Amino acid sequence: MIWDLFIEPFADFGFMRRALLGCIAIAIGATPVGVFLMLRRMSLTGDAMAHAILPGAAVGFLISGLSLGAMTIGGLIAGMLVALASGFVSRMTALKEDASLAAFYLISLALGVLIVSTRGSNVDLMHVLFGTVLALDNAALILLCSIASLSIGALAILFRPLVLECADPQFLRSVSKLSAVTHLTFLCLVVMNLVAGFHALGTLMAVGIMILPAATARFWAASIGGLLGVAMIVAVISSIIGLLLSYHQSLPSGPAIILVAGIAYGLSVFFGPVGGLIAQNLPRRRFET
Amino acid sequence: MLSRRLLLTTALVAASAALPGTVRADEPIKVVATFSILGDMVEVIGGDAIELTTLVGPDGDAHVYTPTPQAAKAVSEADVLILNGLEFEGWLERLTEAASFDGQLVVATDGVEALEFEEHDDHDDEHGDHDDHEDGEEHADHDDDHDHDHDHAEEKHGDDHAEHKDEDHAHDDDHDEHEEHAGHDEHKDEDHADHDDHGDDDHAGHDHGFFDPHAWQSIDNAMIYVNNIAAGLAQADPDNASAYFTNRAAYVEELEALELEISTLMAGLPDEKRTVVTSHDAFGYFADAYGLEFLAPQGLSTESEASAADVAELITQIREDGISAVFVESITDGRLMEQIASETSAVVGGTLYSDALSPEDGPAGTYLDMMRHNSATISQALGS
Repeated sequence: MIWDLFIEPFADFGFMRRALLGCIAIAIGATPVGVFLMLRRMSLTGDAMAHAILPGAAVGFLISGLSLGAMTIGGLIAGMLVALASGFVSRMTALKEDASLAAFYLISLALGVLIVSTRGSNVDLMHVLFGTVLALDNAALILLCSIASLSIGALAILFRPLVLECADPQFLRSVSKLSAVTHLTFLCLVVMNLVAGFHALGTLMAVGIMILPAATARFWAASIGGLLGVAMIVAVISSIIGLLLSYHQSLPSGPAIILVAGIAYGLSVFFGPVGGLIAQNLPRRRFET
Repeated sequence: MLSRRLLLTTALVAASAALPGTVRADEPIKVVATFSILGDMVEVIGGDAIELTTLVGPDGDAHVYTPTPQAAKAVSEADVLILNGLEFEGWLERLTEAASFDGQLVVATDGVEALEFEEHDDHDDEHGDHDDHEDGEEHADHDDDHDHDHDHAEEKHGDDHAEHKDEDHAHDDDHDEHEEHAGHDEHKDEDHADHDDHGDDDHAGHDHGFFDPHAWQSIDNAMIYVNNIAAGLAQADPDNASAYFTNRAAYVEELEALELEISTLMAGLPDEKRTVVTSHDAFGYFADAYGLEFLAPQGLSTESEASAADVAELITQIREDGISAVFVESITDGRLMEQIASETSAVVGGTLYSDALSPEDGPAGTYLDMMRHNSATISQALGS
């Protein structure tokens, strides 16, 4: 019974094992980034970045046709440019982060649509660029795992300044010159994880698996270590359950995984011990006596 | 100045006087075709007498097309708009409204007996048990069982054959190896009788369901297409009607020759090697015409996403039935098919063109080349 339900799909089919490995890599690489995005109140950045990479992908398409490699690299470059430019403007001018990011991603999106249209072809670039978790080949798996490793390594090095930046950016800016470096590197990590995720899993999955587990973890842990741990566990478990649902119930995989993470989030909103709906509104007995 | 205005006026008067006469025939009528395959047929039939604009070009995916202002302009100026129909061009209705198109609309699939599409929700029942050959699977292994093959559209098919027989389907009698049609005529009575036995099969469930729009994948249907196109053009431009019909006749001859070629090729395939795996369900009519079975993990439209269950069932079936080749399609991402191939003993047998032609220098620059390329690719990969 348990064998049939949980083990057999992975034992019998290589694509399920690949999907699982891909999901775990994404969970490890992207969810910590998601946690920091949430702490910095930039949870919607992921969605904006999804649009920002279009011109890069389009240029890659113009140069070498439907080559996934070229389009991925183009997307990375475009995303990084938008991230760096918006980070630069928000650091150096009076404009706030959200507004500058919105400005740059809209410019980037418009440019992308323009480039795609001048080519006159209507192959759906987004569709071609963004794969599905069921079709991970070796190259995609290696890309995912490398980016996850790189991302974890970079986060480990930047951990202290990042936490400080989340808690008190003014303070960090006043005591260290690393503030700007930290910020920009972090934005690059966001882009990298997103492009890897898009390339391998599709837009919905990449942004969803980055943000939803982080938001869920917020209801279960208060410390930053706890947040990171819970978020990763939620992401991995959602991936496994989502894949199995997709296998047994014939549902599309990406949406199934994200919906499982969404259900985890919904339950946490109510039952989460840290600031959940019920915990928040219970009479606080310990203060009465 | 004065003489210039005079000249202009004279020219205008001359032009308007000439309008209803023969001079107008020199001016090509403006025709818009929705996608490359249709565009190729219209080009052949219209020749120099029309000015053709094809909205979705080679290698473009008409399922997800977003119209451009040029497209709207072309449609608003067009005298004739030729579309596939069967809800293939979902974006077209809004475009014709927005562009206030008031010319003549030609639906190429008019008169084609549409195949109902089996919905993917049924997969659990159909593929779960491979011994029970329901409609989707019957083509694979029993040639003597013709009565099943036309369950989809039994009466209409019969009528159509009768109607078109003289002009279009004369070739049916020429070669017995074209099993489907030859068989169909013989077994017509049994068809109807037998159909009762299948009253509660899958198809009875959704009569008004979803039709497979990829009708051009059968050459019989292509002949209906060219008839519709020729008639539509002739109606819009009676002066050149004879040219259109001459072109049509020449093209029909080519189609017939090709039909003979392909059916010979397909008839040569061994019975146990008649299953073809592609990335989206675009070959229903081809399968129906030549007694093949096509399987695909993605739905009918390229927009839907495959589920793990679909992919797993497909892999299981490839392993159990010993299917030797899978095919990628020009308009979709080949990675999923390559993954499936790597997990079974099957190889990637080549690229099939389903919904769009290749650019002119490619292997499928015209409709005839596309059909020839597809059938050669299939027979090469399966026959080896």
